[in-house]
Amino acid sequence: MTDTSPLDVEAIRKDFPILSRTVRNDKPLVYLDSGATSQKPVAVLDAEREFYERHNGAAHRGAHLLSEEGTGLYEGARAKVATFLGAGESEVVFTKSATEAVNLVAYTLTSSIKPGDEILITEIEHHANLVPWQQLAQRTGATLKWFKVLPDGRLDVDPSLISERTKIVALTGQSNVTGVIPPVAEVAALAHAAGALVLADGAQLVPHHPVDVKALDVDFLAFSAHKMLGPLGLGVLYGKYDKLEALPPFQAGGDMIEIVRMEGSTFQLPPARFEPGVPPAPQAAALAVAIDYLTRLGMDNVAAHEQLLTAHALEALREVGGVRVLGPDTTENRGGAVAFEVEGVHPHDVGQVLDDLGIAVRTGHHCAWPLHRAFGVQASARATFYVYNTLDEVDALADGIRYAKKFFRA
Amino acid sequence: MQLQDMYQEIILDHYRNPHHKGLRDPFDAQVYHVNPTCGDEVTLRVSLKDVDGEPVVEDVSFDSLGCSISQASASVMADLVIGKPVGEAMKIGDAFLELMQSKGRLEPDEDVLEDAVAFAGVSKYPARVKCALLGWMAWKDATAKALSSPGGRPPVPPDARPMGEPDDIGRASRVETTEE
Repeated sequence: MTDTSPLDVEAIRKDFPILSRTVRNDKPLVYLDSGATSQKPVAVLDAEREFYERHNGAAHRGAHLLSEEGTGLYEGARAKVATFLGAGESEVVFTKSATEAVNLVAYTLTSSIKPGDEILITEIEHHANLVPWQQLAQRTGATLKWFKVLPDGRLDVDPSLISERTKIVALTGQSNVTGVIPPVAEVAALAHAAGALVLADGAQLVPHHPVDVKALDVDFLAFSAHKMLGPLGLGVLYGKYDKLEALPPFQAGGDMIEIVRMEGSTFQLPPARFEPGVPPAPQAAALAVAIDYLTRLGMDNVAAHEQLLTAHALEALREVGGVRVLGPDTTENRGGAVAFEVEGVHPHDVGQVLDDLGIAVRTGHHCAWPLHRAFGVQASARATFYVYNTLDEVDALADGIRYAKKFFRA
Repeated sequence: MQLQDMYQEIILDHYRNPHHKGLRDPFDAQVYHVNPTCGDEVTLRVSLKDVDGEPVVEDVSFDSLGCSISQASASVMADLVIGKPVGEAMKIGDAFLELMQSKGRLEPDEDVLEDAVAFAGVSKYPARVKCALLGWMAWKDATAKALSSPGGRPPVPPDARPMGEPDDIGRASRVETTEE
C-alpha cells in the first residue's frame, strides 16, 4: 500500500460547494458522515436543476418533446447504471431507496415461501436488510437464521446453515459499522448450490468499490443514489433478469400495467413492472452524472484512497489511547467505516464535542442494533470516508477525541 | 463556547455521581423506556404514598445506560420529584418539557425547576432533547401506572427485566416528544 492517494483531493474538494461552508462558530466543516449520506458535486446538482429547467416532462408519457427528452434522460441513466455494474439495462429497477429495493424483493417473495422454509441473513446487517426479512418470516411462517459475527467483526460463514430449506440469503456487501466486507461471492456460490436466491445490500459497497454483478454472482443487489454523490429519493434494485421476471408486482399503478380491464389487469415485463407512477427522472439524470464523476476518478482509485484514510484512522485512533474500534484493526477486506467507543465518554457526548469542533460523525447504533449488542456495546461513534476526505481531517478527528476525553476528564 | 453552554458543571456533576441510581424496593410500578434513535435506556421504579388522600412521590430509583445528558437529567428529575405531591411533580415535568421544546428561547423559572434549569442549553440541540426527556417520560409513565394499579403492588416482579435485556421487546416504550 502506498501512502499517497491516487486522487487529487484538493481539486475534488473544489467541486463540492458544501465543503467550503463553516459550522458552529466559523469552524471549517470536517464531514465524516458520508456513510449516512454523501455530499454532492456541483455537476450533480446542476444535472437535476437542468432537468427541471430544460427537460421537465413526465417520462414515458405525453406526445411532446419534453416528455421525450425526459424519457431519454431517465432511460439513459438506467443504461449508465447497468454499465457501471456490468448488468443488462432491463436488469436495473429504479426505486425510491435501497430500503425500498430490499422491501420489494422481501414482499414479492411472500407467495413463494412456505412454513418450514428458511431465510438466512447475518448478524452484521443494517436494519434495512434485517427487519424486512424478519417480517417476511412472520408473514410466511418461515424460519429466520443468521450467520453470527466473530469477535473481530468479520462474518462467521457457517455453511451448515445453508440447506435445501434455504430460500434466500440476504447479506451486506460492506458493513456500515465495521466496514467489514464479507465474502459475498463465496456465500452466493454456497447458496446457489443449495438452490437459494441471494440478495446483497450494496448501500455501502457500490459507492466505494468497483462492483461487477457477474463476478459477485448475486441475484439481487440494492443500493441508493444519495450515498454515491447522487440525489436523495432514488434507489436501485439490480436483479438477474429471470429472477426479476419471476417476481409478481410490488406496488401497482400506472405505467407498470400491460392491459387493464375492470375485471383485472396484466403487467409489464421488468423493469417497468416494478416502477409504477411518474418516474424520478431528474434524480436518475443526476445519478448518471454522479456515476460519470466516480468513473472519471476510477473506482479502484476511490477504494485505494479510502483504504489510505482508513489505515491512517486506525493508527491515529490507536495512538489516542482508550479508544476501542469495533471491527478489524487492519484494512484487509475492510472499507472506510470506522466505528469506535471512547472509554469513559458516551458516544453521544463524543459526537457533541466533535460537532462543536466542526467535525460531523454519526453516533448511536447506526441502524445496526444487533451488531452493537453482539459487540457488547450500547452505541458507538462512527467516522466514514469518501473521495473528498483528507488525512488532515482524520488527524482532526483524533485530536477531537483527545479533546472530548479531556473535557469529560475520562 | 457552546459546549460549556450545554454541559453545565451541574450536569457533569450529576453525570459523574448520579443520585437515586440503582433500583430500590419497595415500588408500585416499574417501566423500561428506550430512545430508539440511540439505544439509550432506563428502567425506573416509582413508589407512591397517600398523604391525606393525595398521592405523594415517596421514592424514585432507576438504572440506566446512556449519555451524560440522559443520565444527569434522570438524576436531577429524581431529586426534584421525590417528596412532592404527584400533581405538583407533574407540573414540574410539564415546565421541563416546555423548556426542552423552547429551542433555547425560554428563560427557565429556577423556583420551579431548581437544578433542572441547567438543561436550558440542551434545548438548542434538537438531537439531544430526547436524551434529557428520557428519565422524565419514564417517571411520568411509571407514575401513571402506579396510580392506575388498584390498591397495592403491580404484577411486575422486581427482577423482571435486568438492564439491557428487555424480556419482551414489544413492551419497551418509546420516548415521544412533541415537535413544534
